[in-house]
Amino acid sequence: MSTTTVAHHDEHHDDHPTGIMRWLTTTNHKDIGTMYLTFSLVMFLVGGSMILGIRAELFKPGLQLMNPEFFNQLIGVHALIMIFAALMPAATGFANWMLPLQIGAPDMALPRLNNWGFWILPPSAILLTLPFTLALFGVGDGALATGWTFYPPLSVQGGIGVDFAIFAVHLLGISSVLGSINIIVTIYNMRAPGMTLMKMPMFAWGWLITAFLLIATIPVLAGAVTMLLTDRHFGTHFFDAAGGGDPIMFQHLFWFFGHPEVYILLLPVWGFIPQILQTFSRKPMYGYKAQVYSLWAIGALAVVVWAHHFFTAGMPVPALLYFMYSTMAISLPLAVLFYCWIRTMWKGSMSFETPMLFTVGWIILFGIGGLTGLVLADVAADAQYHNSYFVVAHFHYTLFAGGIMGIMAGVYYWLPKMTGHMYNEKLGKTHFWLTAISFNVTFIPQFFVGLAGMPRRIPDYALQFAEFNMISTVGAFVLGLSQLLFVYIIISCVKGGKKATDKVWEGAQGLEWTLPSPPPYHSFTEQPVVK
Amino acid sequence: MQGMKKLGVGAVALFLSLSARADFTWNFPEPVTPMALDTLHVHNKFMLITAVIFVAVLAIMIYSIVTHRHSKGYKPVADKAPSTAVEIFWTLIPFAILLLIDFVIMGIPAYHSVVMMEDTRDQSTMVIKITGSQWRWQYEYLDGDAKGIKFVSNLATSNDQMHNEADKGEHYLLEVDNPLVLPVGEKVRILMTASDVLHNWWVPQFGSSRVAVPGFIRETWVQVEKAGVYRGQCKELCGKGHGYMPVVVNAVSKEEFAQWANKKQDEQKAANDVKEMTKDELLAQGKVVYEKNCAVCHQVTGAGLPPAFPALTGSKIATGPIFGADGKYQKDSHLDRVLNGKGVMPAWKATLNDTEIAAVITYERNALGNTAAVDALVQPAQVKAARE
Repeated sequence: MSTTTVAHHDEHHDDHPTGIMRWLTTTNHKDIGTMYLTFSLVMFLVGGSMILGIRAELFKPGLQLMNPEFFNQLIGVHALIMIFAALMPAATGFANWMLPLQIGAPDMALPRLNNWGFWILPPSAILLTLPFTLALFGVGDGALATGWTFYPPLSVQGGIGVDFAIFAVHLLGISSVLGSINIIVTIYNMRAPGMTLMKMPMFAWGWLITAFLLIATIPVLAGAVTMLLTDRHFGTHFFDAAGGGDPIMFQHLFWFFGHPEVYILLLPVWGFIPQILQTFSRKPMYGYKAQVYSLWAIGALAVVVWAHHFFTAGMPVPALLYFMYSTMAISLPLAVLFYCWIRTMWKGSMSFETPMLFTVGWIILFGIGGLTGLVLADVAADAQYHNSYFVVAHFHYTLFAGGIMGIMAGVYYWLPKMTGHMYNEKLGKTHFWLTAISFNVTFIPQFFVGLAGMPRRIPDYALQFAEFNMISTVGAFVLGLSQLLFVYIIISCVKGGKKATDKVWEGAQGLEWTLPSPPPYHSFTEQPVVK
Repeated sequence: MQGMKKLGVGAVALFLSLSARADFTWNFPEPVTPMALDTLHVHNKFMLITAVIFVAVLAIMIYSIVTHRHSKGYKPVADKAPSTAVEIFWTLIPFAILLLIDFVIMGIPAYHSVVMMEDTRDQSTMVIKITGSQWRWQYEYLDGDAKGIKFVSNLATSNDQMHNEADKGEHYLLEVDNPLVLPVGEKVRILMTASDVLHNWWVPQFGSSRVAVPGFIRETWVQVEKAGVYRGQCKELCGKGHGYMPVVVNAVSKEEFAQWANKKQDEQKAANDVKEMTKDELLAQGKVVYEKNCAVCHQVTGAGLPPAFPALTGSKIATGPIFGADGKYQKDSHLDRVLNGKGVMPAWKATLNDTEIAAVITYERNALGNTAAVDALVQPAQVKAARE
C-alpha cells in the first residue's frame, strides 16, 4: 500500500461493489449507519401497524377484530419491535453516521464487526415475527403472548412463540453489545488530536454511557431468558417454586436490564438534543460539564433502581423504601439537564425549523413523562398506578415523545448533511404538528382511564372506559398515518431537493459541519485538530 | 380544503356528542379504605406539585420562545464561557428544588404510607386466603364466623355480550357469580397466592394491589369503611383470559356478614355431602360446571383450541377407561387429569367438590359428542375415594 501514489490510493478506496453486494459487504460507517436507520424506520412502521390493530380492537367494548390470544401476541411483539428493532437501531444508526464525523475520525474503529452487528438484526426481526406466519400454516400457536417482559410462569406455559422470542432477544443483544464495543473503542481511540474527553460533543458522551450500560446489562437479560429456555425445555426450576425456584427472581433479573434499557434508549437522544438546541439558539450549550456529570449520574443510578417496576410483587419494607428513594433521586440530575436545555434556549436567537420544533416539543412532552415518573416512584400510590393505563401513558411519554420524537428531531437535523439535500420544510413542520397533537390525543386519555381503574393488556374493557378509549384510538390512527408523511419527506429528500450547504444551519457548531454535504465516502482524510 | 373542513366539523361534532353522554372520570374512584384515601391524597398532592412545576417551566419556555427569536432580530447573549463555579451554582438550584420535593415534601409522607400499607400485623380480625388461577379467583375464610367457607368466583358476563350479539349489561366484564363478602369496618388480612401463573388482585377503590405468586404467600390488608359493591379486576397479564377475571367485593354490615356466613356454611355442608346421583342429575350439574370452568379453553362444544388446548370430543382420555381392575383410578385417566392436572391443565381437586368433579366428568364422557363405552358414569363417592 505504501508504494501506491496518493491519488491512486483514494480511487482505490472509493471503489466498492455495487448493488446488493455493496450493502452486504460494506464496512463503511455511513453505509452501515444508513442501513441501521432504514431498518429502524421499516420496523417502526411494522411495530406501529401492530399497535393500530390493538387500538382498533379497543375502539369500543366487546371483541370485534381478534381473539384475546392474538391480542396478547400483538402487544408483546409491538413492544419488543419498538424497543429493540426501532429505537435502538435508530440510535446506533446515528452513532455510526455521526460519531466519526463529530470526533474527526475517518471511520468507526472496528468496521467488520460493525457490518456483522447490523446484519444480525434482520434475521432476529424475522425470528420475532415468524411465529405469526407459522401460525397461519398451522404450526404453533403464534408469537410470544406474555407481553415483552417474558414473566414466568406464563412464559414457561407459552408456545413456540416464546422460544422464537428468546432467540431473537439473544441475537438483538449480541448486535447491541457489538455496536457498543465498537462505539467505546472508537470514542477512546479515534478522537481528533486536541479533543480531550471533556471537549467531546455531547452526543459522544451520551453514547459512551449508553454503550457501557448495554455491556453491563444485556448479558443479564441474555442469562435470564436462557434460564427461561432451560426451564421450558430442560427440566430446570429457576422460576418454579415447586423445584425451589422463584418466579419473582426473573423479574429482578429482567428489570436489572430493563430499567437501564430506558436510559439506553434515551441517553443518545439527551446527547444530540443540546446540540440541536445550541444550533437553533445560536449560542453554545449551557452547562456542558454539569450535563456530562448528570449523564454519568443517571447512568450510575440506572442500574440500582430496577425493583420499582414491580413494587406490588411483594418486598420487605426496607427494600421498598430503598427503591423508592433511589428512584426519586434520578429526578435530581434530570432536573439539572432540563435546566441546562432551557437555559441554552434562554436569551438565544432562536429560529424554529423542524428539528427545533421537534426538540422544543420533545422537552415539553418528555417533561410530562418525567414528572409522571416521579409520582410512580411513590410505593403506596404505585399500588394504584401499577399495570394500569396510567403507566402505559407514562412510558409512552418517555419512549415515544422522549425517544422517537427525539430521534425525529435528529433525523431532520442531520438529513441535509447525510443526503446533501434540504427536506421540504413545510411538510416537516406539518409532520411535527400532526405528530405532537395526535400523540397527546392518543395518550392523555390513557392517563385518565388508568386512574379510573383500567388495567393494561386487556383485550376488552368495562363500559365506563369506553369514551376515553375511543378518543385514544382516533388519536392513534392520526398519529400512525402522519408517519407516512415522515417516510415521504425522507424519501423525497434522499431523491433530490435544494442543495444543502456544508454548514446547513446558520448556527451549527461542531466538526461534522466542516465537511461537505453529503460528506465524502471517507470522512476525514486528514485529521482535523481541535484547539 | 373543503373536505378537510367537513372532516373537522365532523370531528368536533363527534367530540361534542361524546362529551354530552359520556361519564368521564378524571381521578381515582371514591376511596373506601384508609389505604385508598391515603393514596388519593398522595396522588392529588403529587399532581398539584408536578402541575405547578410544569406550568412554571412551560411559562418560562414560552416567554423565551416568544421573546428570544431570530426573526425578531434578538441578538444572542455572548455567554462568555461562564466559569464552572457559576454554572455549577445555577445548576444546583433545580437540583436543590427537586431534593426538597423528593425527600421532604413527598418523601416523608411516602415513608408513612409504605409502613401503613405493609402493616398486616395489627388488629386484623379476620384472615382470608385468595388464590388466583386461570381465570378465576378462589376465596377461603380462614378464621372467625366464616371459618371454612371456600368458593370460586367466576366471571358472570355471558359470551354473547362479549361478541356483540347481545346488549352489554351495566357491569359488563365486572360481574361474578360469587362475590367475596367482607364485613364493614374490620381490618381483614389477606393472604395471596396463585395456582398457575402470576395474577394481581386489584380493587381500585381499596388502594391495595398485590401480585399472587404460585408457590408463595404474599400478604396485604383491607379495611372497607363503607357498605357497597366494589369492582376491580386482575392486573397482571395471565394468559388469554386475563381480561375476564374480575374481582367483586360485597361489603356488608357485621350482622349481615354473620348471617351470610351461617347460610353459606350450611349450603357448603349440603353440597359436600356425598350421595348417589342419577345420570340425568349428573349431566345437568356437569353442564353447568363445564361451561363455567372448562369451556374457556376446551370450548362449549368440546372442540378445544388445538394445539394449546386439546379437543375433548373424541379424546382418548375422555372416552377411555378410568378405573383399573382393583377399582382404583389409573394414571393419566380422565379422573386423574381433572383431579391433578398436567402442564397447562390445572388441578381441580382444591377448587371443585366431589359432586362437581363427578358431574363434570360424567358430562364430558356422555355429551360433547362423546359416548364413553367404559366408566360412563362417575359417582361422587368414587371421587371421594380417589382423593384418599
